[in-house]
Amino acid sequence: MRNIWTIAKREFTNYFTSPIAYTVAFLFLAIIGLIFVLNLSYYTSNPFGYADAPDTRMVTGPMAFLLILAVPALTMRLLADEVRMGTMELLLTAPVRDFELVTGKWLGAFLFMLVLIAITLVFPFLLDQLVRPGIDQVLMVSGYLGIVLTTAALLALGVGFSAMFSNQVAAFFATISVFVVLWWLIGAPAGILPVGGDFFRYLDLSSQVYDNFNEGILKLSSIIYFLSLTSLGLLIGTTSVEIRRWK
Amino acid sequence: MIRVNELSKNFGLRKAIDNISFEARQGEILGFLGPNGAGKTTTMRILTGYMPPSSGEATIAGYDVVTESLEVRKRVGYLPETVPLYTDMTVFGYLKFMSDLRHLPNAEERVEETLEMVGLLDRAEGYIGNLSKGMRQRVGLAQALLHRPEVLILDEPTIGLDPAQIIEVRNVIREVGKERTVMLSTHILSEAQQLCDRILIINKGKIVAEDTPENLQARLTGAERVHMRVRGEVAELAEKIGQMKGIQEVQPKEEGALEFQFAPGQDLRPEVARLVVQSNYDLLEMRSVNLSLEEIFLQLTRDEAAMEVNEE
Repeated sequence: MRNIWTIAKREFTNYFTSPIAYTVAFLFLAIIGLIFVLNLSYYTSNPFGYADAPDTRMVTGPMAFLLILAVPALTMRLLADEVRMGTMELLLTAPVRDFELVTGKWLGAFLFMLVLIAITLVFPFLLDQLVRPGIDQVLMVSGYLGIVLTTAALLALGVGFSAMFSNQVAAFFATISVFVVLWWLIGAPAGILPVGGDFFRYLDLSSQVYDNFNEGILKLSSIIYFLSLTSLGLLIGTTSVEIRRWK
Repeated sequence: MIRVNELSKNFGLRKAIDNISFEARQGEILGFLGPNGAGKTTTMRILTGYMPPSSGEATIAGYDVVTESLEVRKRVGYLPETVPLYTDMTVFGYLKFMSDLRHLPNAEERVEETLEMVGLLDRAEGYIGNLSKGMRQRVGLAQALLHRPEVLILDEPTIGLDPAQIIEVRNVIREVGKERTVMLSTHILSEAQQLCDRILIINKGKIVAEDTPENLQARLTGAERVHMRVRGEVAELAEKIGQMKGIQEVQPKEEGALEFQFAPGQDLRPEVARLVVQSNYDLLEMRSVNLSLEEIFLQLTRDEAAMEVNEE
């Protein structure tokens, strides 16, 4: 446990000196802010008068999608760069288990993302000041829980793919390809197949986010989905590190 | 301390190391000598738990490097060939991180002590990326020494350093090697000769010789050779030395120099010196001729190559 924390701490502080991390953070926050402002102006300038009060889905909805782009940029470096710099040899001969290394890397990235996500709480807070009688807090908590779980799962997969490659760019594209499959493609058979559609809908990441958490619906099966995906990512990472030893 | 038994490692069809066995005791500095690609790094990587062997076994302090890898890694300090450093960290930050990974108590004090050992205390707050190659090498060495390991494995510790730095690093190794087991690889023969208690010569994945530097030298030449210089004409003196018991060969050289040779183990230098003085010569210089380890190395590694050509 202690080793995981040591590695996570180094990785977390490392992000604050990394230009890529700053770029990702800037774009992530700027785009969410922009969408927030555009939404607000849409509501206020609607001549017909809007029936529904605006809610936090206009923050959590786009944020979930932005994770698809932000996460690979943050995770591509994590293990691939250790291989390139030769420091992998250092970590693999230190008294640290392979899964502690991979999990520590994941935790460092997760903590960094949590900081970004925490900053976005400023938007629900603003919205709460603007609408009466305030925002639907259940929807907000559920939406943010969905974001945190999605972040955990995507980061784990990102770390897993970073461990497979010794080149960051390759890791980036492999990760984003898998995300595209999870976000768009895997749910497609649900609408086509006569039977078993539910299974593919269950695997569909965007459906898990938008149909459940983002609508304030908390299902145990959805939480299990994200936790499984997180474990899978860390398992891929650990296995890749182990395979690297044998090569 | 280190025990290696019939260890092999294959990369695909290529045998990087082929059935090697050796041991190293506590307080011994073991030199691992061989041309590039001989299998030195592979052997070290197996011993440090970086990669598993294809067959055979190795133990360090009684722990198996595969099944008890974590115990082995706790007891080994390792300096890989390409010194693994985070260039965006400070020297202190890097060593603190490594101390934390090793769960060292009083990590900060320990880091400072270690930096003092390698003479880098004044650069503790500097970024590793700004250090010279020699200094980086010393940071790497500090990393290997942090936990005061029982076994120190150094892959080419002096490569790329300037002569002054080489001497410094060697002194650190010699100091550390007094109570610990040190295994170091090198392809510089004089280094192995100066530092090591015992030398293993490895070529194409096989150990071709194993002995003390002195014995290795003696084994090749079958004799110890001494270079001597006196004032004046040496022809007559050479004759006298040649008549001494145990002298195998005398070769007069120009300008008062001559070389003589005797069987290893029976040091005839004092007798020769006495003879020189008694014959009214001024003795200016007397030293062992130490080139023979180079010759051994070439001979041992060349023989292998020649055999392989014949097989083909």
